[in-house]
Amino acid sequence: MISQFIFIIILGAAVYLFGKNVAKVRRNILLGKDTDRSDNPAERWKLMAKVALGQSKMVKRPTAAVLHLFVYVGFVIINLEVLEIMIDGIFGSHRVFAGPLGGLYGLLIGSFEVLAFLVLASCVIFLVRRNVVKLKRFTGTEMTAWPKSDANYILITEILLMAAFLTMNAADYKLQALHVGHYVTAGSFPVSALIAPLLPAGAGALEAIERGCWWFHIIGILAFLNYLPYSKHFHILLAFPNVYYSNLNAKGKFSNMASVTNEVKAMLDPSFVPETTEVSRFGVKDVTDLTWKNLMEAYTCTECGRCTSVCPANITGKLLSPRKIMMDTRDRLVELGNNIDKHGKDHTDDKSLLDNYITREELWACTTCNACVEACPVNINPLEIITEMRRYVVMEESQAPASLNNMFGNMENNGAPWKYSQADRFNWAEKG
Amino acid sequence: MELNIPTMAQMVAEGKTPEILFWVGCAGSFDERAQKITRDICKILQHVGISYAVLGTEESCTGDPAKRAGNEFLFQMQAMANIELLNAYEVKKIVTGCPHCFNTIANEYPGLGGTYEVIHHTQLIQGLINDGKLKAEGGESFKGRRITFHDPCYLGRGNGVYEAPRAALEVLDTELVEMKRCKTNGLCCGAGGAQMFKEPEKGNKDINDERMVDVIEAKADVIASGCPFCMTMLSDGVKHLNKEQDIKVLDIAEITVRANGL
Repeated sequence: MISQFIFIIILGAAVYLFGKNVAKVRRNILLGKDTDRSDNPAERWKLMAKVALGQSKMVKRPTAAVLHLFVYVGFVIINLEVLEIMIDGIFGSHRVFAGPLGGLYGLLIGSFEVLAFLVLASCVIFLVRRNVVKLKRFTGTEMTAWPKSDANYILITEILLMAAFLTMNAADYKLQALHVGHYVTAGSFPVSALIAPLLPAGAGALEAIERGCWWFHIIGILAFLNYLPYSKHFHILLAFPNVYYSNLNAKGKFSNMASVTNEVKAMLDPSFVPETTEVSRFGVKDVTDLTWKNLMEAYTCTECGRCTSVCPANITGKLLSPRKIMMDTRDRLVELGNNIDKHGKDHTDDKSLLDNYITREELWACTTCNACVEACPVNINPLEIITEMRRYVVMEESQAPASLNNMFGNMENNGAPWKYSQADRFNWAEKG
Repeated sequence: MELNIPTMAQMVAEGKTPEILFWVGCAGSFDERAQKITRDICKILQHVGISYAVLGTEESCTGDPAKRAGNEFLFQMQAMANIELLNAYEVKKIVTGCPHCFNTIANEYPGLGGTYEVIHHTQLIQGLINDGKLKAEGGESFKGRRITFHDPCYLGRGNGVYEAPRAALEVLDTELVEMKRCKTNGLCCGAGGAQMFKEPEKGNKDINDERMVDVIEAKADVIASGCPFCMTMLSDGVKHLNKEQDIKVLDIAEITVRANGL
């Protein structure tokens, strides 16, 4: 009775806290400007099924794809077991699904065990790839102490959770054989049967191990749930809406700024009356100038570094790293959110995404080649943030590099980016 | 081939409507290497008997480099002036000699009132091959060469056009090889995003030199492309390797013209 009471309190507190933090993330995302992504729902659902659920963009790197698939499928399917654990916790039952599911239960538990082992093994390999092999993709200037620890915490937690799950089953399996109390014979234990011989033989010790692991596993899961909003691991939830709200246009298409269209039309035709649009600023200086979709992407990024590893600027030693663009955006947004929590909605600090987080050198290194956009397994678009920030630098500050200002001047005066006369534009026909 | 290149203004004065407008682009108009490719595209159009015209001195930059550099004002000024001209000529279909012009007119002009059917010249060539109007006969043989195609970003990833340029190479009696980084994984030449008009930011290598690693690895002796900026960057890359005698950089249009002896 007392353990049920404790369980319900822990569960309630975990769910409440998680809800509160998710609401905060949602509020932060909605600090972004509006953008309409409600079109083509059928196409969007299909894209989400393919890219998020089906992991279609992961296959480009087969090793990571297979390991990630184990962890992903393991996570989704083992959650069925968590449902049973929840019910057992609340009602004080033990393996409540064993009776109703009959033979199927054995199959389920058996497959959970295999998956748990695959998750555990994959996470160990992931840890080795990060910390021993030190894959280049997991290094870089933006991979400072916290992002590195974050990744390791996630992997270690998953290893511990799976180990607890399997140890719990091993103890249960032994207790079943001893016909102790409520430990009914149920389930099949293809993996934990192998570790069972390592456990003590006494019923008391086994029961302590079984209960200990049960509590460790479920409290671990609830703690992990509450870690998500602070971590890159939040991608397990946001990957789905983030892909749903993907840009459906050709990647080469950049948005036409309506505010600029108004001004250009007014310039070309003095009788033109623009629709009243409120423009605070051309381009992006701070995260609040970005759209909610850009901000959602920042929270979705799991810092895998596929974008940076294919970025031509980064490959050739330039400062730009698309992953850093996303991480900076998230860090700045979190900072802004914390300011709002502390000082109220209208608080402003003297910082901005531009200069305090992302330097101009990074922005001007981009070739707009879309390799980063193509590489992202969850359709994040760092390029849009880069070009929006260029717009601010050029149109609000007139701080383009001198050579680009020359190019602008040429285009304005003679309709070409180079200093050639418009009158000579057809000379090519005379040659050859 | 004696070229007769009609302008839109002439055509209209004669009461004629060309089937397609050939949008030459700034590089195609002014860059010496690209001018040759421009004339080759004209040769192809003339050879197959498509009625076409160019804008000549009336053409102006699409505004692409301004837009990628963040100067939306200048882009829209250019775009609106061009759209006004194109609409006045009642242009329906456009072929471009440059993936940047192609992308800008196809994707960004419609929102500003300029909606046309836009194709890149490699798509034109693919269509002509499919229709049996173009072959690879009567000209230079590419037998014994190893040709690789460098995907321009704004043709490939930007607009999903990967097959058209390859289709133009597949008709040749030659060996086609892919670089390690190709199609969706293609490596940029380094010129996009207005980089063509500025010095690269500080780094340890230029991007076109990085691309040469793929070329050498593929053991290609012809790098085919479909973009005047890639042409410049790749040619410079080959020059840096001192391999100008061994590795040629050719546009798909040039290869087509040579293979057909136009």
